[in-house]
Order: sequence, then structure tokens, then C-alpha cells
Amino acid sequence: MIAPQIERREFLKFSLVASGGLMIGFYLPGMSKLAAAEQSSANVFMPNAFVRIGTDDRITVIVNHSEMGQGVYTSLPMLLAEELDADWAKVGFEPAPVDPKYNHPVYGIQMTGGSTSVWSSFEQFRNAGAAARAMLIAAAAQQWNVNPVTLRTESGAVLDRTNRKLTYGQLAEAAAKMAPPAQVALKDPKTFKLIGKPVKRLDTSEKVNGKAVFGLDVKMPGMLTAVIARPPIFGATMKSFDDSRARTMPGVRKIVAVPTGVAVVADTFWQAKTARDALRVDWDEGAMLTFNTKQMMQQFREQAKTPGKSIRLEGEPDAAFAKAAKKLEAVYEVPYLSHLMMEPLNCAVDLRADSCEIWTGTQFQTVDRGNAAKVAGLANEKVQIHTTFLGGGFGRRANPHSDFVVEAVQVAKAAGAPVKVKIVWTREDDMHGGWYRPAFLHAIAGGVDEVGSAVSWRSRLVGQSIMAGTPFESMIAKKGYDPASVEGVDDLPYAIPNLAVEYHQTQVGVPVQWWRSVGHSHTAFATECFIDEMAGLARKDPYRFRRALLQKHPRHLAVLDLAAEKAGWGKPLPKGHAQGIAVHSSFESYVAQVAEVSVQDGKVRVHRVVCAVDCGRYVNPNIIAAQIEGGAIYGASAALFQELTFEKGRLQQTNFHTFPVMRINECPVVETHLLESQEKSGGIGEPGVPCAAPAIANAVFAATGKRIRKLPIRMTEAV
Amino acid sequence: MISFIVNKRRKDLDVDPSTPLLWVLRDDLGLTGTKYGCGMAQCGACTVHINGEAVRSCVAPVSRAAGQKVTTIEGLSPDLSDPLQRAWIAEDVPQCGYCQSGQLMSAAVLLREKPQPTDEDIDQAMTGNICRCGTYPRIRKAIHRAAGMMAKGSAK
Repeated sequence: MIAPQIERREFLKFSLVASGGLMIGFYLPGMSKLAAAEQSSANVFMPNAFVRIGTDDRITVIVNHSEMGQGVYTSLPMLLAEELDADWAKVGFEPAPVDPKYNHPVYGIQMTGGSTSVWSSFEQFRNAGAAARAMLIAAAAQQWNVNPVTLRTESGAVLDRTNRKLTYGQLAEAAAKMAPPAQVALKDPKTFKLIGKPVKRLDTSEKVNGKAVFGLDVKMPGMLTAVIARPPIFGATMKSFDDSRARTMPGVRKIVAVPTGVAVVADTFWQAKTARDALRVDWDEGAMLTFNTKQMMQQFREQAKTPGKSIRLEGEPDAAFAKAAKKLEAVYEVPYLSHLMMEPLNCAVDLRADSCEIWTGTQFQTVDRGNAAKVAGLANEKVQIHTTFLGGGFGRRANPHSDFVVEAVQVAKAAGAPVKVKIVWTREDDMHGGWYRPAFLHAIAGGVDEVGSAVSWRSRLVGQSIMAGTPFESMIAKKGYDPASVEGVDDLPYAIPNLAVEYHQTQVGVPVQWWRSVGHSHTAFATECFIDEMAGLARKDPYRFRRALLQKHPRHLAVLDLAAEKAGWGKPLPKGHAQGIAVHSSFESYVAQVAEVSVQDGKVRVHRVVCAVDCGRYVNPNIIAAQIEGGAIYGASAALFQELTFEKGRLQQTNFHTFPVMRINECPVVETHLLESQEKSGGIGEPGVPCAAPAIANAVFAATGKRIRKLPIRMTEAV
Repeated sequence: MISFIVNKRRKDLDVDPSTPLLWVLRDDLGLTGTKYGCGMAQCGACTVHINGEAVRSCVAPVSRAAGQKVTTIEGLSPDLSDPLQRAWIAEDVPQCGYCQSGQLMSAAVLLREKPQPTDEDIDQAMTGNICRCGTYPRIRKAIHRAAGMMAKGSAK
């Protein structure tokens, strides 16, 4: 969910700001003491921060990325287990505490996002496994009094040439006394036993018997629950509140004002929630009182008539457009969207005079710790974060301001330390809490010549910046624009000689954030629909029209061809069915999708989506298929059903009935075809999303002759 | 005082009878496998069984369970032996996993009523359970697999 363009030093800067001066690479004394204690304990071998081997042969991989469904609790242990030659049946996982040694190797803070976990940890986890293996071999060599080079490892044991064997558990104590190797050799990929194989996930059992602990499930003796009355309009502030009824209600312990509203602290959720609903709060509604999204999009349209900040310019797009044999102008609109994780936001805090412990499902540990420490008035090392399973993340749980964590600490502070309190957001609170995918408008003008070749393209984007007002702002200053706003159009791969991309960054008082696939979630829709419209203008097949323009982009071309082939592009379909195609690169991976739809009584039904993926060298094709399937469905949900709208400053949607999610009876068959590739690994959590909307919209055109230029798709608005 | 059977054990509780069963299970009985997703019977994450019928516990007052038998995900099997759990594992269904308790509890009722469901039967029975990660294609496969296991089991 974080734009790949964000560079390491920007994150370093960010982490410095967010963590209040904590230096990167600086090991906390408390934590290293903990690690040292584990190392020297008799029944455990912890050669580095990422693995622990018990005398019972159990291997625990400590994972520094958050598990939000994308499978990191399996794919990262696979990397380590591969080099360790572990017995996979003995491998488990554990979330890492927050500590600089668990920082993202590229971004320099502890976090999960940007579809980066596997590729950025690829060497790190393999090295950790290889180092442990070397120490286990050294321990066996010492025990047997032989040269270590005569030994080999296999399925969790060291063996000599006579097949004499010591398991890793048997060697754990001795290995703990070995010096870590200065250097390790990694395996030849040809010998991989786990990497590249469709290994089953390690976290499935506890997710089918109710045992998996999500943030909402955290429980401690004496813990209270808080539900908060927040302003009905962004920017509104509390004038006063009347809690005369609420404070008499059963279970209510405290009612406290906090910067985000009024918190009711009670014994249980239901008591807190009913008392919260009984509060009467008088709000100063502020400047957003007249805000409405229809008007905003109208203003965006007006803005798009004037040139924006130039992001990319090649040739003379305006002159070429003027001379083009055939030309077309189209405006595409996408709405605000909620991430809508199945698990609403929540955060549990144990606040004491000199410490603050936090349990939550977060994607942003370093940032959250820094922000929580500031609110608690404690040093960073006095704040610990226990990362639970995340019931979906999609970017929402990586908030640059740590909104849901900061608020929880504020509530705990207002309630008075020592206190254990869990803040729970209702579904409605979650949907109204802001930090949405920004609404965007793309005005595109394109022309083709007499023989149907594309000669000009000009995209003008209008919408809010995600990074403005955050510590990422330095990126905007550097580039002159927010790269997360234009990603996916700034690198439009089509060979069009005259090309312009311009951007109007707007200021709206609605908080926005990265939403699964970030800028690509709208740029792919606009560009892949418009290229389809240009194909129509040129009277060419949309697949072949793209092909001709992608000759210098072999990876785009390969996925495009594979998707077309597997979908049977151009072959007869059931009556009333039609296909649409889209191709897009995001997070350094390449995806093409062919959607098959039918339209009846104004209702679009997606029957089948065929996906082709090139994500470079890959680790677990089983998880990749799940991510691509899920991404396509996430994208299709947005394309078919979802929008957030405001009237008089108030959000009109409240829950799943007004912000629908695709259900099983609406879900297409999704096929994923993975290309073998030796290229550098790309991301996989997000790249399944962007193509869904344009592939479906283009299929709707093929079925009905009507173009979709606004999401969600409504046939009444098709042109 | 409200008394009911939860996962074969009798519980006597002094709670407000209008409290949704979901929150009694989670906050009073510590059975956190049943999830909160919407609070208005829209998403199915809170699905449990009352006397074998699928119920959205987020809108069912605990009074409705009085004297009845409630089964939650924790009671589906003690040891992951339920064919649905085995099929979910075999097909690697869960991603984030948050909705899966509800999915399994809905699927259990479906298979009792239709031991050999068609895709349409599955769509119809499971339409009340939302998954945001998009595990639906694997849920379909897993339900068919579980049906196959149960058919084999009963043929023995």
C-alpha cells in the first residue's frame, strides 16, 4: 500500500519524525537483553533475531511483517526453513516485537505494506536460516570431532557420511555456544525444496477453530472496553456533552473527553456501546458542513479543463491531438472508498505510570510506537506493541498518524493509569473514521491517425494527495507532486509518441490514505478503459491494439498474451456473454486480466476472470494464487458496488448494506496463471486489484456497446 | 439469570437479557472465535447455531438462547476433525481468517440439509457470509470436498 517510489531515506526521515528521534539500527538495550537471555537459556537456541530452535526440535520463525491474510506467516518462514534445511512439519511462527532489528530492510521502519514483504525479506530470512544451519553443523562437528565440511543437513538434522544423525533439537544447546558465522553461502535455487512450491499455510488450523487471536479478541484480567462518540463531520469539534443518562447505565466505569470525542469506558463492549449511544454531544460542526461529493466532482471537472502540474511530457500531445484523424475525450471518475476490513479497528492498551503495552493488528509498528510514546509521555523503549493477527489491513492499519493507536492511548490516559482498556470501533465508527481511498477524476484526450495508430494521449488527474500533511510530505517537495497520486499513469507503457500526464492536487477536508493498490486503483481503471476506447476509435481489436503498442515491454506483453490465450480471447462465448481485457504493472509485478460478463436488466454479472501474473522469482504459488484471486475480487467489489458519498458534510454510507461487498453468489470463477520468471521478485498483495475494474468495464462495453466512465458501474450512467 | 447450553456445557449467567448473544459469548464466556463484523446481520461473521440452526448472534438477544443449545466455532469439533475444518485446511481457504468461523458455521448447516450441494446451493446458503479477502472460490471448493468426505464416511 505504500508507493514503491518512496525511497529508503524518506522512510528513515519519516521514522525519525514519527518515532521522536529514535535512530535506525540502534538496538534497544532491553530487547537485546531479552534476546540474550533466550540465547543462553538451556533449552533454546536463538542464533539471530529471526529463529529459535528448541530442544524439542520445534523451530519458531519470528516474523517482522504483519499477517493480514497475505500469507507472510508462511512465506517468510519458508525462506528461513529452506536455508536451514528444517523439517517443515516442525516449523512455527511468532510475531516480532517492535524493535529496530525487525525494521523493513528497504524502508528502515518496522512495517508491512507496499506489497514488499517477501521480496524485501528474501535474502534476510535466507541468511538467517543459513547462519543457524552453519552453527548447528559446527556444534555437530565438535561433538563428533570431525571436520564440518564432511557433514550435511537434511530435514531438521545434521548427518555425517555414515548417516550418523543429530537432530537440531539435540544440537540446540551446543549450537547456542557456537560463534555465529561471519559469512554464509546460500543454496543454489535449483536445489530448493520449499521455495517455489505450493506449500500450505501455517496459520490455517487456528483460523478454522476460532483460536486465532485478532486485536478484537485480546483479553486481560480487569480489562475494560471503550466505545467513542466521534464527530459526525470531519473537522467538527466537541462543544459539550451530556452524559447524565449514560453514566447511570450498567457497567459504565468512566466517561471521558478525548481529543477525538467522548469515550465511554465500561466492563463490556455492549455496555460501552449502549451508553455511548445514550450520550448527547453538542458538536461545533466546522467548515465541512456544506461539503458534498457531487459538487466536489463537478469542481474536479472544471479544474481538469486547465493544465495541471506536468508529470510527464513527450512530444507535442496538444498539437498531435489537434491534427489527429480521429480523436476522443473522456472523463473517468472514481469515488472515495473505505478499506472495510472484516475486523473493525480496535486497540488494547495497558497503561501504567512507567510503561505502555499495546495489543493491536497494525501494519505500522515503529510509527505507532513513536506516536503512542508521545501521547503517553514515555520514552519509546517504554512502549511495546504486540502485533495480533489482522482481520484484514488493505492499508488502513498503516496510518501515518497512528489514529486508532493514539486514540486508544488518549483514552487510557484520560481514564487514568494504571488501566487496561480496549477501544472498539463499531462497523459504523470504522466506516465513518476517514482515511479513505481518495476520489479521483481523470480527463483523457487521445488521437489516432488514418491507419489507426495511436498518436497522442493526455491524462489530467484531479484528486487529493495521500502524502500531503504526513511526514511523507518531503516526497512531494522533492518530486513536486505526490507520486502515489499518479503511479500507474506516469509510467504508461504504451508507445504513443506524444504523451502528457498532468496533475491537479486538490485540498479537501476528507482524510485519505493508501487503499490496496493505492494510485493504481484508479489509474489502471482510467488508462485501461481509455486505451480500449482508443482501440474502438481505431476500429481494432482491444487485445491486438494493446499488443501493437507494447512491443518494447515484454513483461506486459507476456501476461497480456497469456491471459488472452487462457481466456480463449475472441472465441465463441455463451449467448449474452462478452470479454474485456486489461493489463497493468504495479509494485514491480505485471498482471493482465480478462473478465467475462453479461448484462441483464441493467445488472452486470461477472462470470469469469482469467488472470496472468509475472511477479518475478516467486516463493509460494499457492499464496500467490490466493492473493490474485482475492485482489481481483476486491477490485471487482469496488467496481460493481462501492462508493462513499457526502451530503452536507455527512457520510451517507454506514455499514455493509449501503457499502456492499461482493458476496459468494456474485463471485466469478477466478483463474490464476503464473509465469515462470527469473526477474527480481515483485509484490503480490496488491497487483491483483488494479485490472479488475477496467477488465470488467471493457467487457461491459463489449456486451452492450456502452462505455463505463464512472465507478461504481451503473448502466444508467454508461455512455 | 439466563441458562443455556454452550458447546455441550451448561452456563448460568447474570446478564441483561437484551444483550446480543454475540457479546455474551465473547465478553462473558470468553468464546472469541465468534466474530463481530457489522452488528446488523449483514456479514455473517457472528454466525452460531441455536439448536442446530444458523443464527446471527449479533442481533439475537441472549434471551433467545435461554434453555437452548448453542454451538460456536469452538464447539464444531474439539480437534479439527470436522470434515469442514479438514476441507478448509486442505484447500487453504483462509486469508486473514476473520470471517471463517462464520463461514464454517453456515456451511455446517448447509451440509446437514444438503449433503451433496450444487454450486447454486452453496451460493444460496453462503450468501449471508461476507469475506473481504475474496476466499469465495476456495470456500466453494472446500464445501464440495467436505461433502465428498462425509459421503465417503457414511458409505463405510
